[in-house]
Amino acid sequence: MAQGGIGSSVKRKEDARFLTGRGTYVDDIVRPGQTHAVFVRSPHAHARIKAVRIAEAMKAPGVVAILTGADLAADKVGILPAGWLIHSKDGTPMVEPGHAALVADKVRHVGDQVAVVIAETKDQAREAAALVEVDYQPLPAAVTVTQAVAPGAPLVHDQAKANTCYDWHLGDKAATDTAFAKAHKVVSLDLINNRLIPNAIEPRAAIGEYDKVTGDLTLYTTSQNPHLIRLLLAAFTLGVPEHKLRVVAPDVGGGFGSKIFHYAEDFVALWAARKIGRPVKWTATRSEAFMSDAHGRDHVTHCELALDKEGKFLGLRERTLANMGAYLSQFAPSVPTYLHSTLLAGCYTTPVIYAEVKAVFTNTVPVDAYRGAGRPEATYLIERLVDIAAREMNIDRVEIRRKNFIPKDKFPYQTPVALQYDSGDYEATLASALQKADWAGFEKRRAEAKARGKLRGIGMSTYVEACGIAPSAVVGALGGRVGLWESAHVRVHPTGSITIFTGAHSHGQSHETTFAQLAAEKLGVSTDQVEVVHGDTAKSAFAMGTYGSRSLAVGGTAIVQAIDKIIAKGKKIAAHLLEASEGDIDFKDGKFTVKGTDRAKAFGEVVLAAYIPHKYPANLEPGLEESAVYDPKNFTFPAGCHICEVEIDPETGTTQVVAFTAVDDVGTVINPMVVEGQVHGGVTQGIGQALLEGALYDDQGQLLSGSFLGYNMPRASDLPGYQVGTETTACTHNPLGVKGVGEVGAIGSPPAVINAVCDAIGVRHIEMPATPERVWRAIRDANKG
Amino acid sequence: MPSISLRVNGKSLRADVEARTLLVELLRDRLALTGTHVGCDTSQCGACTVHVDGRSVKSCTMLAMEADGREVTTIEGLAVDGKLSPMQAAFAEHHGLQCGFCTPGMVMSATDLVKRNPGATERQIREWLEGNLCRCTGYHNIVKAVQAAAQAGRK
Repeated sequence: MAQGGIGSSVKRKEDARFLTGRGTYVDDIVRPGQTHAVFVRSPHAHARIKAVRIAEAMKAPGVVAILTGADLAADKVGILPAGWLIHSKDGTPMVEPGHAALVADKVRHVGDQVAVVIAETKDQAREAAALVEVDYQPLPAAVTVTQAVAPGAPLVHDQAKANTCYDWHLGDKAATDTAFAKAHKVVSLDLINNRLIPNAIEPRAAIGEYDKVTGDLTLYTTSQNPHLIRLLLAAFTLGVPEHKLRVVAPDVGGGFGSKIFHYAEDFVALWAARKIGRPVKWTATRSEAFMSDAHGRDHVTHCELALDKEGKFLGLRERTLANMGAYLSQFAPSVPTYLHSTLLAGCYTTPVIYAEVKAVFTNTVPVDAYRGAGRPEATYLIERLVDIAAREMNIDRVEIRRKNFIPKDKFPYQTPVALQYDSGDYEATLASALQKADWAGFEKRRAEAKARGKLRGIGMSTYVEACGIAPSAVVGALGGRVGLWESAHVRVHPTGSITIFTGAHSHGQSHETTFAQLAAEKLGVSTDQVEVVHGDTAKSAFAMGTYGSRSLAVGGTAIVQAIDKIIAKGKKIAAHLLEASEGDIDFKDGKFTVKGTDRAKAFGEVVLAAYIPHKYPANLEPGLEESAVYDPKNFTFPAGCHICEVEIDPETGTTQVVAFTAVDDVGTVINPMVVEGQVHGGVTQGIGQALLEGALYDDQGQLLSGSFLGYNMPRASDLPGYQVGTETTACTHNPLGVKGVGEVGAIGSPPAVINAVCDAIGVRHIEMPATPERVWRAIRDANKG
Repeated sequence: MPSISLRVNGKSLRADVEARTLLVELLRDRLALTGTHVGCDTSQCGACTVHVDGRSVKSCTMLAMEADGREVTTIEGLAVDGKLSPMQAAFAEHHGLQCGFCTPGMVMSATDLVKRNPGATERQIREWLEGNLCRCTGYHNIVKAVQAAAQAGRK
């Protein structure tokens, strides 16, 4: 193994700057002559705008400009598009209302942008924004999905009848109904997958800048995918060609999906900068983030599992209302459909599945991808049904899973819901997790806790997810409006150091380290000799960015392909230098060797020859840099087993997670330290969803959980230390055998936690978040019964 | 506009500040010490934690004027002669940071804890860090880093 190569826990190259306060986040950037933007946002969930009066505000000190929806409409720009088209059961396309970056006619959620005030200082902009008078005619609001589809509900968009965006389905309905009709047992469950607010700790920010002479526009933004933002600005919102547009996403403080999207504020900062001829900077307050960052999840679901008398799964049905919020955010339509129902087989051989998903507009913040995006919702409903089936049929929870697992010799495995899993060994992750968590010894711990007056429970989930998104042709056939390949450019410098340009973006994922490890492994160099450049459309080639646990599986593969081209060219040069034929050259451990001899040239000698081509093959270009693009052949399918142990105080309903074990199969592991860190973070967001977090709206559509005081973020004191491990089956369709690790923690953990809570208090189901009040009531109701 | 004198990372300076200016605004906007971050507006997240006279303070909860005559240390002032402090080094060693945004506040807060309570238990560390939010790490490796730094300090 090369020093610092694949499989070694190399310390992070990123850390030195972050630990000394030398990172560069968007809000840290100051551009010459910059102004400050503050948005005027709707206080109403639903209201007609009768007038926007700016005269008083314009007189306030320091005000440079105030722009409204009327200005936007006059310029015919700023309509944020959806990136995925879903068709309903009847073949009609989804209802696709545009989302104006500044609204002129009607506000549709608390926080909707009505105007922007630009002033010399942030304080002046804030003070002037308070002087903008908007006359609203409040309208009744449709807040929850169940309310929004009810007859007579207020319409969020006039063109969306019954507030329905689409009414979609997947699977074989007739075959599934037949399986249910023949079943020995049917388990039914109504559940809610609670709405979450991503809350990356860095609030979103943007700086727009315009060069009057060249016409060049630059946007600094907190994005996971600067190229995608540039594409959307060029093709849809601003209509400026790419060569005049540069998008820079420097250090970004966490994303979790919420920084994928092209937001109104990005567009406005750039558009306003062009209008006033000075840089325009905006940084969200946390309160603004709560009401303007895309939220996640928010499904209301009825689901059923059919079983034979041995506990074999015969079929599964799902009926879900998925909340889109007030507008379609870019990937929102795909989340409850192709990123969700396609996962309903889980780890199991369930032969027939049928899903119906209705996407619904409401007067709430738009909902889109948040860590896991659709797959946590699928895993949650499956794993809740499985636990309830085990309980009601008196079958051991582990055994019912084993009985239904796809056996490891059945891969590739075609599920009834479109996906073909390439590899996996679900028994291996299960067995490892059971052992690490001491599942067998649990009853003793339960008894010991009982003696202390505590209710202890244990729960598990076994999950599979689909990531490494995704083959462009498949995505296109399913309604995706983009390709989902990834690019890489590898430049070997004359003295042998290396720069890797990637389209993936690191906002916590450690790419600067792990991508350097790929070069170390392949080329036999030290990671110190490798720099990874990302986050700037002026530096790297077009690519799609980081989400869906795709950076390594797709972007890393592109890097490896570019490195393979470097090696291939190096062999040609080495053959010439060594006076051997190209086919006789081996490359290993940083050396080009003539097969079967000790004649060799070091990597550095070959590199130097490429740049100083005095003795050089004819018909070969000097220099040593290569590009590659990788369009994956399939999704990747990480899987695993999570086990949670809780203790509940029956007097207060307070739940403490006392142990959590995660054993995941994420394919080949490049850096175990980084992989473990990703699992820790994902599991914490899953525990947060299960026990603490939930966006709350009142019936007027006011966001009650609008700050860290009202939205319960997981804190160090809420959590235990974790036990994590990996069991590896290689992905079969990429050269590294990697699957992706970014989302597994958030996908596998919520059902493990809720299954543990249900086990502790002996109830069939409890909704997330299982707050002390909910748990206390559940205990009380169970005792009544 | 009131004028204040203070020491920041060992350097004495004077500044004219508005009465409403927060310490964090002075540090970031006036002194360009952008290592101190702002992650919320309710003093919950702790990304802005600095030391004032050696004690950790959320710099969004303190007016710049209140720092008059006091000694402020930010994350930029923690490493001495380019050498990471034991807490900074422990965060790197134990992968106690991912995106890096909460990190300065987390390191400043943890540094104060270990100074006050060198023998802090895991539980005490977790309770102490309640006022610092991290969305990336799940705190697991942060706690490990703080334990390691505390242990190194005891040696």
